[in-house]
Amino acid sequence: MTSTLQRSAGGASAVRGPVRRLSAWLHRHAGVRLAALLTAPLLWLVVAYLGSLAVLLVSALWTVNGFTGAVVHQPTLDNFRTILSDEVYRAVTLRSVGVAAAVTAIDALIALPMAFYMAKVARPRYRRWLVVAILTPLWASYLVKAYAWRVLLANGGPVDWLLGGPGNGPGYGLTATVLVLAYLWLPYMILPIYAGLERLPDSLLEASGDLGARAGRTLRAVVLPVIVPSVIAGSIFTFSLSLGDYITVQIVGGKTQLIGNLVYANIGAANNLPFAAALATIPVLIMVIYLVAVRRSGALEEL
Amino acid sequence: MPAGPATPAVALHGLRKSFGTVEAVAGVDLEIADGEFFAMLGPSGSGKTTVLRMIAGFESPTAGTVLLGGRDVTRLAPFERDVNTVFQDYALFPHMSVRQNVEYGLRVRKVGRAERRRRADEALRSVRLEGLGDRRPAALSGGQRQRVALARALVIRPKVLLLDEPLGALDLKLREQMQVELKALQREVGITFVFVTHDQEEALTMSDRVAVFDEGRIAQVGTPAEVYERPASPFVAGFVGTSNLLTGAAARDLLGRDGTFSVRPEKIRLDGPPAGDGETAATGRVAEVVYAGPTTRFVVDLDAGARLVVAQQNLATSSADVAALRGTPVRLAWRTEHAVPVPDPVPPTQLSKESAHAYR
Repeated sequence: MTSTLQRSAGGASAVRGPVRRLSAWLHRHAGVRLAALLTAPLLWLVVAYLGSLAVLLVSALWTVNGFTGAVVHQPTLDNFRTILSDEVYRAVTLRSVGVAAAVTAIDALIALPMAFYMAKVARPRYRRWLVVAILTPLWASYLVKAYAWRVLLANGGPVDWLLGGPGNGPGYGLTATVLVLAYLWLPYMILPIYAGLERLPDSLLEASGDLGARAGRTLRAVVLPVIVPSVIAGSIFTFSLSLGDYITVQIVGGKTQLIGNLVYANIGAANNLPFAAALATIPVLIMVIYLVAVRRSGALEEL
Repeated sequence: MPAGPATPAVALHGLRKSFGTVEAVAGVDLEIADGEFFAMLGPSGSGKTTVLRMIAGFESPTAGTVLLGGRDVTRLAPFERDVNTVFQDYALFPHMSVRQNVEYGLRVRKVGRAERRRRADEALRSVRLEGLGDRRPAALSGGQRQRVALARALVIRPKVLLLDEPLGALDLKLREQMQVELKALQREVGITFVFVTHDQEEALTMSDRVAVFDEGRIAQVGTPAEVYERPASPFVAGFVGTSNLLTGAAARDLLGRDGTFSVRPEKIRLDGPPAGDGETAATGRVAEVVYAGPTTRFVVDLDAGARLVVAQQNLATSSADVAALRGTPVRLAWRTEHAVPVPDPVPPTQLSKESAHAYR
């Protein structure tokens, strides 16, 4: 039966030319089709992405000869021992996690009402424009935006002036870093929440009001629980982007150091690539822990 | 079933609603009696759902008033009104269990835990869902979700229950079963039910009274029998049942009268004994035969110049027999009183209808 069908299909396609014949042949060979589709992206994923991660982990086990500066290809846990025992690295790690958490919390607080307005209050034809408005800052260079904030936050700059005079603003430092990072990553929080709210049927809000709930209760009992996964999805972006950042903190952070700065310093000035690799595993590890923790919430399906 | 001396459960006066330039509801006056099972029937876009949403408080009217039990609630929020809604998509909270969904309205009203639990279980029992309280809505079938939505609305004992196309998402068998159940439930709880549907059969079988909507207005209000047997306009005749209209020359020839008349398909006899006393006879040719299991529908082109649909029960015929009738001449007969005069719509109504069309 099958062979008859194939023969007749082949006979028909022979008339129609080689492209059709190839399509017909591929149609019957699902495995080949799949291979043709996935080979390139799989190569990219395995070689470029996982491969570089593996190199990072392996090189973290190497050391540098203190005298010659040459890399010693001998596996040892010395780098990790230093990181765990030295007070400085613990402080910087905690500070980095604190900054990432603060940025995430600020973004969530700003994004929730904004996304709610976009998805549920604004008229449908304005929604598109609001999404564009949220995305527009992403078209501008990261550096330009960071330097713009440097100008804004300068001593006697616009922010100082708004708050009543020189020295009244936050100036450069940890606060400025959190502020600018929160500004930079805000779209990454708004968009998942907006998508989550847009999928939330209006009838759920109406049903809650219909059953006697006021706006506050509806928000607490219906909206928030339903969009928790969206907030977590957004937090994965804001948290990981903040955790890896080292440019903003250089521009507006004053003397503040985050993990990224230490990695950068070890690659450049200190010329200790293995130690930089060891330091870089800290944010990777934190993100893995974070992802495992949020996996249970179903947030990963929201991405 | 007029309201009598008691205050109507729902009263609408001069209700209007415009969305931009489109007038979705163009002046509706209606009184629904306490304890009535009331249907709002109409094609999509006829304004029936908008009227329901204005009763619930989800839309505020452009003009007119909404009274519930004699109280003007036009400007009140949904949570201030003693009505509850069963939504077309059921609107069950996905993150709550069935019982939590049903308890939601009680929890909002600060009913104690034990009392809440007791009443929720009772409500679930009344819709035959006992034992499913711990499931999530996603784990239920469409029919079960519909019952949860019913229980959730009924547990707070509203004065009026609004149902927006409550059976629209169910398959035919389940729909027929739920029609019977809804009717029984309404009799049991004694609450006024107002439901919106585009299914004329559903409206006729379930309700005490029907309002037929057309272009944002009510074309006719009456009992199912009134609406079906004595349609107030050609639109009602066509929307509730099959449109079988005799007008102009055909009406003059066959009935000896001027005007528009409606004859329901099942009232017409095909090739039976010749027309007797008090009966009207007509001749024609079968243009189309549609076999539909229990009945066969014949489309007959009358020699007098109209086209009528005739429904015949398949007492002794089968599909093979009836198909052969296509193109053959036939004699029709019906009792003269079954040709019901249908008033033409009043000219001003038609004018504003046309202007409403022009806006779309």
